Amino acid sequence: MMKRLIATREALLAGAIVVLLGMIAFRFPAFVAPSNLAAVFNDSAPLILLATGQMIVILTKCIDLSVAANLALTGMVVAMINVAAPGVPVAVILLVALGLGTLLGMFNGLLVWKLDIPPIVVTLGTMTIFRGTIFLLSNGKWVNSHEMSPAFKAFPRAELLGLPMLSWTAILAVILLAVVMTRTTLGRAFYAVGGNPHAATYTGIDVGRTQFWAFTISGALAGLTGYLWVSRYAVAYVDIAGGFELDVVAACVIGGVSIAGGLGSVGGAVLGALFLGVIKNALPVINVSPFWQLAISGSAIIIAVAFNARANRQKGRIILKRAEHTA
Amino acid sequence: MDPTPILALDRITKTFPGVKALSEVSLQLFPGQVTALVGENGAGKSTVVKILTGIYQPDGGAILVDGQATRFATAQSAAKAGVTAIHQETVLFDELSVAENIFIGHAPRGRFGLIDTGRMVTRAAEILASVGAQIDPLVRLKDLGIANKHLVAIARALSIDARVVIMDEPTAALSHKEIEELYELVERLKAQGKAILFISHKFDEVFRIADRYTVFRDGQLVGAGQIDEVSDGALVKMMVGRDVDQIFPKRSPDPGAEVLQVVGYDHPTEFADIGFNLHRGEILGFYGLVGAGRSEFMQALFGITKPLKGVTRIDGKIAIIRSPADAVENGIVYVPEDRGKQGAITALPIFQNISLPSLTRTSRNGFLRLAEEFKLAREYSERLELRAASLDTNVGNLSGGNQQKVVIAKWLATRPKVIILDEPTKGIDIGSKAAVHEFMAELAAQGLAVIMVSSEIPEVLGMSDRVIVMREGRIVAELAGDQLTPETLVRHAAGIETGESR
Repeated sequence: MMKRLIATREALLAGAIVVLLGMIAFRFPAFVAPSNLAAVFNDSAPLILLATGQMIVILTKCIDLSVAANLALTGMVVAMINVAAPGVPVAVILLVALGLGTLLGMFNGLLVWKLDIPPIVVTLGTMTIFRGTIFLLSNGKWVNSHEMSPAFKAFPRAELLGLPMLSWTAILAVILLAVVMTRTTLGRAFYAVGGNPHAATYTGIDVGRTQFWAFTISGALAGLTGYLWVSRYAVAYVDIAGGFELDVVAACVIGGVSIAGGLGSVGGAVLGALFLGVIKNALPVINVSPFWQLAISGSAIIIAVAFNARANRQKGRIILKRAEHTA
Repeated sequence: MDPTPILALDRITKTFPGVKALSEVSLQLFPGQVTALVGENGAGKSTVVKILTGIYQPDGGAILVDGQATRFATAQSAAKAGVTAIHQETVLFDELSVAENIFIGHAPRGRFGLIDTGRMVTRAAEILASVGAQIDPLVRLKDLGIANKHLVAIARALSIDARVVIMDEPTAALSHKEIEELYELVERLKAQGKAILFISHKFDEVFRIADRYTVFRDGQLVGAGQIDEVSDGALVKMMVGRDVDQIFPKRSPDPGAEVLQVVGYDHPTEFADIGFNLHRGEILGFYGLVGAGRSEFMQALFGITKPLKGVTRIDGKIAIIRSPADAVENGIVYVPEDRGKQGAITALPIFQNISLPSLTRTSRNGFLRLAEEFKLAREYSERLELRAASLDTNVGNLSGGNQQKVVIAKWLATRPKVIILDEPTKGIDIGSKAAVHEFMAELAAQGLAVIMVSSEIPEVLGMSDRVIVMREGRIVAELAGDQLTPETLVRHAAGIETGESR
């Protein structure tokens, strides 16, 4: 029943995106041309990558505020590797980004797991540490387009079957994570830990270790996105993707992921990210000021949370009624 | 007959979609008298409390205050009429002071409508003194024990000039001494002319404290009268509608081979030198006073906490248990006391709950095999006669009893050798208790070794083949056969006679 509710919520969100597109098409038909939609999807790809990772973290009753800083740090490191050794192949760069991001995520996870520090504090701290480290590494200098090798910059733009690699990476990650979440014991553990940590402990699931893996996955995706981001925009500096972590959390919330944990899906996170992506890309086209963009994104968040709250309240009421004749 | 009741319910009916929770029930509360409300779970007791406190509106019948028909449209209007309820878990604020807790919502106001702290503290001290509580009104609530928190709740009730006090299972969390103090307090409230509605599962309490009784069964009034005109057997019969002479299932225990052997479990602060063995088909009771270290030891045996030293052998082989996962792997499962909180995951469907501890068996290389999971879930939900539209239903949508079944099915599906039940019948009514006991006997008959941690002497005596008594973190006695009497249990648990020899 709850599942069906989520399904309808996802359908609702998908419907909202279609209606939004329809309204935009009314004023600016070219926006819904397939090539432009592909461009919007490509532009949302980094948000999709991070939001799916964040979804898993939130599912386990945690939050990862360090994703954008992780992205920036990994991006800076691979950019500096590229400057120092332009001959390093992109495959190796991808592995380094993925590996470094994973390590940074594991660092978050270990602090949460082993030291039992609240996740919001841990990642607030590591967020600052990561940004500081970028400054130390780069001395505050930018790595600019002309310093990067052509191969380094070409990867995210390289097209396969009409879609750039950036989009393909997001699609691949989404498929992989959807399988993990619905078809593996680890995926089941994420739901169990978020749904009822005490019960999970008694069934033999290590709550801390499960949260550790959530942070690790989130970190890996952030690292991967770090390279894609830096190479796509062809620039790396301390403040790239500043504040992006809030967009990521917003995408999750809009996508129906419950901040209280235990409720959410990969599909929801993707739709939440796409919703924000469409707004961000469409409003300038139809001449709406960027401040309206913020207001609309903000309203979307509150509406989504209100939906969540209402769903939970209904659930509570049903329990009470039944409890009346059983308890 | 008696004077007019302060508060009376006259043929109250309350229906919820599909269920008649109350059907023409009546209840009278008299000044200076304690009326005990008795009934099994589901009899409608909590619905009555909610109607009396204005949380629910009745569909039919009347509420009479001093003989006048009235309506409690909101909780506030019930409070204004002088009706107040003290709940099982007190609804108070840990971080506020005692005085603030007593007067929250109706604090005395001074100039400019600001709270007059001085007057509030003096008034609080007066009220606390009137209930015989020696509590500093300035102390923060979280620094008080449970019993004192109850007193604060009662003081709060008195501060709004309550005439009717509803006590819903007030002794559930109290120690023996604290219960005595509560009785004194009830006497004092009686002397002040308050009408008291006392809801309890415990018959000794009811007979000790009540003047009158009212029995509900399945939402209907089945009996009411003076307590000294009724026997406990008659009361039980009214409650369950049948004789419960044979409360415990008859068993023919036939212990088989030894499955579990525990040697020398030590913990720096909680227990020391725990050792025993357990056989197939046996029910081993663990008795002791609250705080004797029984649950603490069980948690260590299950791998939740780590003992300093100690060895566990299962089927003669040493088993290393460092986590609950190891324990489940080795065939030990633990059904904790707080099943509501530690039992089911309500946002997941039935089949996922049942398969959760067995996932290593129903998955391959970390990948789930849903068909296997469904097979497992179907097998065990059928065995327990779980009623649900489909195994896809979320557990949160099931009734309490069926949720309980999901939790038990989940553990049986792991095919355990040893099942630890921590206070398996705490806080449940007599009918359900019998079902749990029946089930326990069935498990043992199937060859499972059962460890039952229980603080209820009849249950320990009625169910166990052998009993281990713990006191202050140590095993003080292992009893079987003729030694199993209430007196020996209590003597060992309390350290009478054997206490001096240490």
